[in-house]
Amino acid sequence: MVLLSSLFSQETIDETVKILRSEFLLAIWETLYVTILSTLFAIIIGLPLGVLLVTGDKNGVRPLPRGLMVFLNTLINILRSIPFLILMIVVMPLTRLIVGTTVGTVASIVPLVIASFPFIARLVESSLREVNPNVIEAAQSMGASPSQITWKVMIPESVPSLVTNFTVAITTILGYTAMSGIIGGGGLGKIAINYGYYRYKYLVMICAVILLVLMVIMFQEIGTKLAARLDKRLKN
Amino acid sequence: MIELKSLNKTFETADGTVEALKDINLTINDGDIYGIIGMSGAGKSTLVRCINMLEKPTSGQVLIDGVDMTTLSEKELRQKRRNITMIFQSFNLLMQRTCLKNICFPLELSGVKKQEAEKRASELLKIVGLPDKANAYPAQLSGGQQQRIAIARALATDPKVLLCDEATSALDPRTTHQILSLIRSIHDQLGITVIIITHQMSVVEEICNRVAILDEGQVAEEGEVAEIFSSPKSRAAKRLVYPEGFADTEEIGGNDHKIRVVFNGAQATEKPLIATMAIEEHIAASIDFASTRNLGGRSYGTMILGIEGDDQVVQRALTYLRKNEGIRVEEIR
Repeated sequence: MVLLSSLFSQETIDETVKILRSEFLLAIWETLYVTILSTLFAIIIGLPLGVLLVTGDKNGVRPLPRGLMVFLNTLINILRSIPFLILMIVVMPLTRLIVGTTVGTVASIVPLVIASFPFIARLVESSLREVNPNVIEAAQSMGASPSQITWKVMIPESVPSLVTNFTVAITTILGYTAMSGIIGGGGLGKIAINYGYYRYKYLVMICAVILLVLMVIMFQEIGTKLAARLDKRLKN
Repeated sequence: MIELKSLNKTFETADGTVEALKDINLTINDGDIYGIIGMSGAGKSTLVRCINMLEKPTSGQVLIDGVDMTTLSEKELRQKRRNITMIFQSFNLLMQRTCLKNICFPLELSGVKKQEAEKRASELLKIVGLPDKANAYPAQLSGGQQQRIAIARALATDPKVLLCDEATSALDPRTTHQILSLIRSIHDQLGITVIIITHQMSVVEEICNRVAILDEGQVAEEGEVAEIFSSPKSRAAKRLVYPEGFADTEEIGGNDHKIRVVFNGAQATEKPLIATMAIEEHIAASIDFASTRNLGGRSYGTMILGIEGDDQVVQRALTYLRKNEGIRVEEIR
């Protein structure tokens, strides 16, 4: 009761409103652009990689050397198993090389991309494997080349599933951005840690978490609606 | 002309080597509607996939107009496949493309300009009787309609050969009949060679001029459809020609003549066929076997009649029965 009353005392409410006004708008913006940019770069790397995982398979449309496939799969598995907190520190030299610094909002994009592209590659892989193999066979029977099958059959046919999976990815990356507050990444995560964890201003932390939840809900809603609209298998 | 010469195909599976095709020798002439029939697991689908090299034969030759398909490079093969197109049991349309775009697909693959491809696709939609479905998606169509779109897609590149892999097996008898009529009219108009893979004797009966019966990876019997129907020699052929359970009795009992009546969409509601034959022609026929179904006022199935009397009586019965549309009649003994 003591905790609750102190949490909602006039004093803390006034203080929170002040912090909300001065910092939250920027924090929301930082979280949004870090999330969206990171997802975008992760897709740019992860999509082709995921496609390779399917087409390069020994039963795929253009099998690649076994050694290469083993290497790709191992790389993805290793990157996916490193905890994000550790990964942020491990990739610091690379971050410095690309961004010039290891602290700050922009710098947090590098570890986010490294952490999420293997995840996206696996999501793309699972989406493409859902494509009906009979449809691929039909395309082969019409004389489609491996690259035509990839670009004109496999990817277009799996668009709804890709959108659904990218939605999963963007909400996961949103969660990661909150952690990047530790290395000086901006956004709602930083506010939650700085005020809530270090300075015991729990109401500020609660507000930041509520905003994060609202953002996840927003991305999920948009993704679900978009996937349904894009899927021509659903009869209108 | 398509010639298959000593074709063999073996698969390596966990349980050992499976011989899917054993020494297949077949010649399919231009303009044939050639049926390849067999029970499931007989190797039909493997055989048809060896023709367009979706399956590479283990040994033997596949000659199409003298060109051995087994010696072609991947690139030459892709070129060749535009002349040998295929339709499937599950239609295999691109679900995220409109019908028009589905028909454009093979043209797109060969680099035809978009405008030209769409013009050709619209023509094909008319040919298959679905001119109003250009902007519909496959999921909005019935099975029969989807197969029509698949046929249009298969015709887009002006093929010389159309392979039909169980193309009507997922359809009801009436839709099957409509699709087969469409395939026949396309065959008649364009003069393309059609190869039909099926497990349904009724399909072969309705549309094919020649048939090969495949049994455990081997050709059990091959020839004109009419000939095989009237006197099947191999056990596999007998099993397919005679209705279930009948072939296994080996010898058909009794001393009377036997007539095989196949109902392929005959009007069932008009009159009781066998009874009216008895009244009008005074021919008493015993029904030795019957397996028929009534679907939407039409009959499908097979019946074996026993008729006492001399050859003249049998001839009269045959003439009488043949007057009915949708019925095929043969004396089998």
